[in-house]
Amino acid sequence: MNISVNGEARVLAAGTTLDVVVTELTAAPSGVAAAVNETVVPRSQWPGTRLGDGDRVEILTAVQGG
Amino acid sequence: MADDRFTIGGTTFDSRLIMGTGGAPSLDVLERSLVASGTELTTVAMRRLDPTVQGSVLSVLNRLGIRVLPNTAGCFTAGEAVLTARLAREALGTDWIKLEVVADERTLLPDAVELLDAAEALVDDGFTVLPYTNDDPVLARKLEDVGCAAIMPLGSPIGSGLGIRNPHNFQLIVEQAGVPVVLDAGAGTASDAALAMELGCAAVMLASAVTRAQEPVLMAEAMRHAVEAGRLAYRAGRIPRRHFAEASSPVTGRALLDPERPAF
Repeated sequence: MNISVNGEARVLAAGTTLDVVVTELTAAPSGVAAAVNETVVPRSQWPGTRLGDGDRVEILTAVQGG
Repeated sequence: MADDRFTIGGTTFDSRLIMGTGGAPSLDVLERSLVASGTELTTVAMRRLDPTVQGSVLSVLNRLGIRVLPNTAGCFTAGEAVLTARLAREALGTDWIKLEVVADERTLLPDAVELLDAAEALVDDGFTVLPYTNDDPVLARKLEDVGCAAIMPLGSPIGSGLGIRNPHNFQLIVEQAGVPVVLDAGAGTASDAALAMELGCAAVMLASAVTRAQEPVLMAEAMRHAVEAGRLAYRAGRIPRRHFAEASSPVTGRALLDPERPAF
């Protein structure tokens, strides 16, 4: 299936869950949040969130700003 | 000053200087600047996780024991801002949000309509909302009415260093506000921060004035003193402005002297 992770196109096996995608970006995901198609997914629900074709995943963290 | 603390959203602070972290040349300079500023509350932005970035502003804030205040910088609509706030709450475990909804890149001025919509939605969602707003007393009142925990008017555009362009509006906002008013944006140097406090602001928020100064750590220390001095002056009560001089030495009891002598 084709999904977008932080704006980059990715091809993943069907049924890949959100926690797998986050872990590929960072090993220690403290201070990180994820949204799928503009809906925040709480960390506790990452392992149970199966991604679907066309999903847009945003994974954010805090950076210098303001 | 332990006897003059201020409270936002039920949390009390000794320092009345809220710092931003944007624009610092390095995390090391940022850390030393934050220490010099004495701040207890500091903003961060939410951006896409970049696995190649070394070091983290969060680890700096954690090490210094500074409370993190996420912002919604870069949002142009209420929808974007609400989602960003929810992501920040999930990532950082805080329901405090410095709400920024700007109209365009050139001015970075707040979009009043989107801002008010976002503020109302976030308050309803349980957030402690600190909105970056125009120096507009009417909008300030409406933001307070929907439940914002502070009002953060801009002195002048973000990063401009132009100071407080409309001190009269600040006075109007301070006079009517039942929540803390915080100068947000525009401070360029210490006198701008002092003026904000003299006008009755509860605190000053700034970033660029320190992080982009030639000597950020020195400027951070200057800002700490400026905020404290301005606050003391506000509490002390300044003298009225007069058109003419008023002698501070006694008028009575002067010697009767011939103004022409002794010659010199």
